Order: sequence, then structure tokens, then C-alpha cells
Amino acid sequence: MTVLEKIEQQQMKKDLPQFRAGDNVRVHVKIKEGDKERIQVFEGTVIGQRRAQNHSTFTVRKISFGHGVERIFPLHSPVIDKIEVVRTGRVRRAKLYYLRKLKGKAARIREDRSEQEASS
Amino acid sequence: MVNAILGKKVGMTQIFADDGAVVPVTVLKAGPCVVIQRKTREKDGYEAAQLSLIELPGPKRNTQGMEGHFKKAGANPARFLREVRLAAGTEVKMGDKVLVDQFAVDDTVDVIGTSKGRGFAGFHKRHHFGGGGAAHGSMFHRAPGSIGASAFPSRVLRGMRSAGHMGVDRVTVRNLKVIQVLADENALIVRGAVPGPDGGYVIVRKAKAARKRAVAKPKAEK
Repeated sequence: MTVLEKIEQQQMKKDLPQFRAGDNVRVHVKIKEGDKERIQVFEGTVIGQRRAQNHSTFTVRKISFGHGVERIFPLHSPVIDKIEVVRTGRVRRAKLYYLRKLKGKAARIREDRSEQEASS
Repeated sequence: MVNAILGKKVGMTQIFADDGAVVPVTVLKAGPCVVIQRKTREKDGYEAAQLSLIELPGPKRNTQGMEGHFKKAGANPARFLREVRLAAGTEVKMGDKVLVDQFAVDDTVDVIGTSKGRGFAGFHKRHHFGGGGAAHGSMFHRAPGSIGASAFPSRVLRGMRSAGHMGVDRVTVRNLKVIQVLADENALIVRGAVPGPDGGYVIVRKAKAARKRAVAKPKAEK
């Protein structure tokens, strides 16, 4: 392993849950206000991931008061407290950019129940 | 103590600061180095140490002259050999090792490298000329424009910026902050970019002119 790889490995979190595009996630973000710290939750659909070692990111989209809001999180950032997978979606694409053009009923994603059935 | 070290650029990556901010960093393999020759005021007119970067494998071939030069210091031949200036009265001998642990986190350093070659570059790239419009019937795209008057002086003035060879120059980047020192890896992590390609040779030295920072004035006591 080269020095560069080693440094990148050190930056990476090892205890991340598995999720992919189409899943509904709750991202707990640490927010600093003055000297106090609190946690804010951003819940939405993962519409894409960029897999690139320590600078991997993922994009979460949600509809907030009628407006589409997207947030790109660095996957290994210390600002992210934890990521919860609420629902796994069944999609056939890695990037769900088509959701941006859809709204309401058309923007729904079918739930993927295959894993739950397998485990029960 | 020698205030500099020779190294190699490994590559760039990013590191998260404690507050989550992403810091762009360059990883350098710095040292270990050996002092091959000591230049003194009495003998050479100035104080300096010639360092060599220990690398495996070393050069395949050497001239006999260089062979002897390395043998004098009791070191193996090396590819990269550079002199660094020393303050008068510095106690450094031939054969001494120079290591990264001379640098500490939060130090500022200057990094000297050889910039990437751009070949024969045009005005845009080499001198940041604006050039002309690309569309709407513009017939002036990437040309230099006027380079002087006609009848007088009837020649192009010296030093007129022009297209030509760009890159492969010695470039110094000043005041880079040291983010981490990995002594057992002989690696140094600095904030920001460093000239040259990955694998290019660099000289790292303690910052010559520290950047002036606004220093908070001590409050007058009441």
C-alpha cells in the first residue's frame, strides 16, 4: 500500500451502513452554533453516489414545502453523525436524476422487499 | 541543523479537518537524505550542504567521478542531489542524515519543484491573454493582436510577451502549512498544491519569508 492510499484509508469510516440509489435515508448532521452542537436530520431519497475513496459523496433529495432540495454529503465527513436507512427502493439506475423532472405520485419509488423476505 | 530536505511529490488528496472542512493536501515523500558534501566559507566562499535523496533502486550507472564523490561521504549513489544553504556555524558533517522530523505540524514551508512541461504554448495559456470572440463572425480567435507600431520603431520591442516554450521551470511555492508529519513513513503532508508531476523531485525548506499575519495587539490594562 502506498503512503497516499494509507492516508486515504485512515480518513475513511468503517462502520457505514450499506445503501444505494433509491433508498430513503436519514442523515444526522452535526451543526455548530456558537459553542453548542446539535444534530439536524436530513431525510430524503439517495439519488446518486460517487465512490472515490475518502472523497466519496452521496446526494440526497427531498421535497421541502413544495420545493425540491438536494444536498451533497461527503460520505466520510466527521460532520455526519450517522446515516439510517429507512426504506430500500427498487430502481434500475445508479443515478436517479430523472426524479428532478417528476413530482407527486410520479416521483414515487417502489420498495424493494426482496431482502426483508429473505431475512424473515 | 539543516533547514531543508529533498523529496518527491507523491500526489494530492484531501483530509477532513476536525470541524468537517475539507483541506486539499499534497503528500510528499521527504527524505531520508545524506549530506554528501559540506561547503564552507573558507574553502568555497559560502556555507552549504549538498544533500542526496536516498531512493531504492539507485541509479543504474554512474560516472567514476560521481562514484568517488559519493564514496567520500560513505553513502550510496543517488539520482537527486541538491545544495542547500546553511547559516554560518551550523554543525553538519559529511555523511549526516537529514530526516523529516525537523518539520512540525503548523510550520510553514516553501516547496521548490519543476513545473509540468506545456510544450510550445500559445498566448492564452502562457501569458493569460484574453483573445478574441469565438463566434458571431469573429475572425480573431487566439491570435496575439498587435505587437507594436510600424514605421517607428520598425522592430519588436525587447521582452514582448509571445508564444513559446512553457513549463519545466523551477517554481517555488511559498508558505505552505504542514498538516501532518509521518516520520516513520518519511512523508510530509502540506496544505495546497506543489509544482510538478506526481513523482517529481522537490526541495522542501523552512519558509524563508513568513507571511505577515495581523497580530492582535495586547489589550491595554485598565
